[in-house]
Amino acid sequence: MARSDGAVVPNAEFSSYYGRPIIKLPVWKQPDVPLYLWLGGIAGASAALAEGAALSDRPALERVARLAAAGGSGVGALVLVHDLGRPERFLNMLRVFKVTSPLSVGSWLLAGFSSAASVAAASHETGRLHPVGRLAGVTAAVLGPPLATYTAALLADTAVPAWHEAYRELPFLFAGSASAAAGGLAMLAVPTGEAAPARRLAVAGVALDLAAEHQLEHRLGMLAEPYQQDRPGRFLRAARVLNLAGALGAVVGGRSRAVSALSGTALLGASLLTRFAVFQAGLASAKDPKYTVVPQRERLNARGEPAAPAA
Amino acid sequence: MSNRLSGPLDDVSGDAGYEAHPERMGFFTDTSVCIGCKACEVACKEWNFVPEDGLLLTGMSYDNTQQLDANSWRHVAFVEQTKPVRAPSIDLPMPTVGLPAAADPQGADEGDIGVRWLMSSDVCKHCTHAACLDVCPTGSLFRTEFGTVVVQQDICNGCGYCVPACPYGVIDQRKEDGRAFKCTMCYDRLGVGEEPACAKACPTDSIQFGPLDELRERAEERVRTLHEHGIDEARLYGESPDDGVGGDGAFFLLLDEPEVYGLPPDPVVTTRDLPAMWRHVGAAAVTIVAGIAVTFVGGRR
Repeated sequence: MARSDGAVVPNAEFSSYYGRPIIKLPVWKQPDVPLYLWLGGIAGASAALAEGAALSDRPALERVARLAAAGGSGVGALVLVHDLGRPERFLNMLRVFKVTSPLSVGSWLLAGFSSAASVAAASHETGRLHPVGRLAGVTAAVLGPPLATYTAALLADTAVPAWHEAYRELPFLFAGSASAAAGGLAMLAVPTGEAAPARRLAVAGVALDLAAEHQLEHRLGMLAEPYQQDRPGRFLRAARVLNLAGALGAVVGGRSRAVSALSGTALLGASLLTRFAVFQAGLASAKDPKYTVVPQRERLNARGEPAAPAA
Repeated sequence: MSNRLSGPLDDVSGDAGYEAHPERMGFFTDTSVCIGCKACEVACKEWNFVPEDGLLLTGMSYDNTQQLDANSWRHVAFVEQTKPVRAPSIDLPMPTVGLPAAADPQGADEGDIGVRWLMSSDVCKHCTHAACLDVCPTGSLFRTEFGTVVVQQDICNGCGYCVPACPYGVIDQRKEDGRAFKCTMCYDRLGVGEEPACAKACPTDSIQFGPLDELRERAEERVRTLHEHGIDEARLYGESPDDGVGGDGAFFLLLDEPEVYGLPPDPVVTTRDLPAMWRHVGAAAVTIVAGIAVTFVGGRR
């Protein structure tokens, strides 16, 4: 039996079995899964942005957003299939529908979304089957926002302490990150004259992202550590700088093509770093048994079931 | 729909859709009589054709198996503790090492500092509310008529979701195969009225198999007996239907805190909070829609 050396958190003296993790580390691969979180977010928010652009007659914005929705979800689906232990069995994902499994719900969402977004983008590009394309576009716009946020439940619905305990904040963090990235992509690729909604979306997304992250780090107690330390901590700090720079560029530099493009790129990078940071913070919390044992022990103590007297 | 995700559930097989089904079967692992022989590990591997997963010496006590995983469905933990020796109240005529002592057949006096061995054969808990089963997107993991939880290997596509979902860290992906594997409680043997291979092989009856209700009564009795003999630290783990997973189909009698054996002290099935997670996901999605609507309506350009 090993005792914690308590180097990081002074009051976290706890028992473990030779310091081994209690839960299993997620076997999801990098960069596959964090990349999918990023792509799915961009695609989902872009689909809603595309409908706004269509309704307000901004063809250049609509075009970029539709291509982002179709491309992001298509590549995202490929990345997810690649992550499977048996990729040739990916169709088994659509064998059942289970509301208890965020991965099942997400597979159906992704299948429906990427089909609709592809039809909408193809129709817009070719100018053919306009009514079908619009119907597909509206479908994608309805499925897009949940596609961007369900991934929070995907991570939170596990025994991984830093993910599970963050289930209230992660959906809003992902919503903000997705909005900022979708806005950023449009700022990068759309002439400034049509990109005003994208700039406003980017600023709102950054605000939501930073607020959710702040709330997460303050509510989680010791489980915020994995988000603050080591690589995830460095990634999140860098993401914060890029987010603020991107938002500032969107506010003051919206008329300049160069500033818009630079700001959009910063926002895309911030979102990507955020997804990797959240993913890796979960891994870190799974690896160290203290994050599993100490909160559970505190829960028992709070219920008045203190540790039995040692032998 | 009450208690479908957490809380006590009397009829797990009925809840899973079986109309007529046998009693819920389970394991009671009484670690107070485990001698660490690892016959359970070997019997399990032999019966279930579980591949070898590395022949190495870890230097971690006598434990070279290290953990439950895709290729170890029973795992005997060896805990070495430095503890004041207690004069044994039950004199087991066991062979001893070292010089014979006149006063005590075990060769130690009360108050001496000695090493205490804890040995425990860990296994899949076959939870009442099994997170692995809840989160499986393909329906590969299912509840059997015996109330146990089993992976259908012809369905599993190796998505890996069950792996971090398990609060006990039991199920794992077999790297070279890609699919997830864990204890089946010898589903094939149960089907023909046989007990699982590990229980059959256990020479001290540390691993007991039977109807879960009977095992729970037997375990209460065993704890009472141990407490009467002054072994106050004996406690049951995973037997209560009121715990965070609705009670384990495989529960334990332990002689120290669960975390000492590598078990979580207060495991909770993650899907208990899933309704709240979906509400937050929905609210966040609505926030995106509202935000995008405002970006087009607000401001004219």
